[in-house]
Amino acid sequence: MGRRIARLFRVEPGSPVHPVAGVLNYLLVCIAVLAGVWASLAAVGVQLDFSFIGQFRVRIIDGFLLTVQISALSLVASLALGAIVAWAQGCRVLVVRYAADLYVKIIRGTPLLVQIYLFFYIIGTAWGIENRMVAGVAILSVFEGAYIAEIIRGSLLSIDAMQLEAARAVGFTRAQTLRYVVVPQLVARTLPALTGQFASVIKDSSLLSVIAVIELTQTMREISATNFNMFGCYFLLGGLYLVLTLPLTFVSRYFEKRTGYAH
Amino acid sequence: MRIEIRGLERSFSGRTVLRGIELDDEVTTLAIIGPSGGGKSTLLRIVGGLLVPTAGTVALDDKAVDYRERELERYRARLGFVFQQGGLFQHLSARENITLPLRAVHGVAEGEARRRADELLERFGMSAQAEARPAELSGGQQQRVAIARAVAPRPRLLLLDEPTSALDPEYTSEVLDILRDLRDEGARFIVVTHEMGFARHACDKVAFLCDGVLKEYGRSEDLFGNPRTPELKRFLGKLLEWGV
Repeated sequence: MGRRIARLFRVEPGSPVHPVAGVLNYLLVCIAVLAGVWASLAAVGVQLDFSFIGQFRVRIIDGFLLTVQISALSLVASLALGAIVAWAQGCRVLVVRYAADLYVKIIRGTPLLVQIYLFFYIIGTAWGIENRMVAGVAILSVFEGAYIAEIIRGSLLSIDAMQLEAARAVGFTRAQTLRYVVVPQLVARTLPALTGQFASVIKDSSLLSVIAVIELTQTMREISATNFNMFGCYFLLGGLYLVLTLPLTFVSRYFEKRTGYAH
Repeated sequence: MRIEIRGLERSFSGRTVLRGIELDDEVTTLAIIGPSGGGKSTLLRIVGGLLVPTAGTVALDDKAVDYRERELERYRARLGFVFQQGGLFQHLSARENITLPLRAVHGVAEGEARRRADELLERFGMSAQAEARPAELSGGQQQRVAIARAVAPRPRLLLLDEPTSALDPEYTSEVLDILRDLRDEGARFIVVTHEMGFARHACDKVAFLCDGVLKEYGRSEDLFGNPRTPELKRFLGKLLEWGV
């Protein structure tokens, strides 16, 4: 009896978890978190109030959709940029290789907030990019592109040299090697990490609120500035981001399992 | 097939691994033997167009190999390669490993490629694993698929680089048996091997490479029955020391 109860709560990492034990334990964790939040709210004497949702429904939905739109556009652009930079990092021409290297170092070494301000108010103004939406997507793409370049470069390096030798041996041209061997193996290896990066893009897009792109975060800031319901607004904001990012963690896990053939 | 090698040399960043290789003979099955690091794989890869020689020429049937990349792509397509291990495409099933080069390189239609692949898989006892990825196969099974992929386009010459060296002993014979059967059907091959029994009994000619130099070359019964150089005597003696 005692051992059966212990099995409900203890499983070695890597071994399968019984569904009942899984649901039960996850529920326990959720209850603990909710209790912690509730206790904290009670301690500061805050009553959560979500009654504003109905009144601002249209603005919230618009902000939500804009966040999705910005994130999707940035993902596509940063994927293209990241692929080019990953290629450039292995280029024979030194100027190209060093340019890619410097780009990755600067972008990864500075906060996104700094990049947004500098890019929008100096570079954007100098080159006449005044559309905040365009500037926002561009900044976010340049930022995420550096991270995606590193993900792709890592996968490129992890492709076994033997696979390329085999491709030459069967008579593939360089283009065929890329198409039939490198790209499929690269996609399989990068997909889990890329879906994770997409979650980052979604969260990072919240910083575009500082240049007044009316995405989800900026929408909530504006609403809370009129109704002074800071806590209600920010709780809802966090929840809405989770609605977008949580499914991605499941997608990422799925890709990880499906492409586990290499191990 | 007439193989003619003249003044072949290869060095890697200043270190010479092959020098002064001369060979001119009619070859059906050739084993390259010798101590590790003697340049066996390097020689095989140069003959196969995977590596460019530092100096010298290789000619098959009186046609010199053109070592420009564009030409090499076509040259390699007419040969069949088997590597020591890991030569199968990891993301493809056993069947796809065979059909993809047939379709992409040799222009064989989908249905015909599949028919040829299944025929070879069945012949090598791999029908049940046609859908399996390389990681799901044993080492011996992987090598059987690799040989199937190599012979599927009906190459004019097979090149095998220590095809059994990474295998457990019980899988070695299943691979060697396939090679013997292929030979009996008229397939021509060059094999780098440490399996002296196979080199002696299944290959017509043997080349003994030591320290990057072709020390001895000739019919296999002559080399094994009557080794002339002290290097080959010592090499064979060492192998016999623990012989059964």
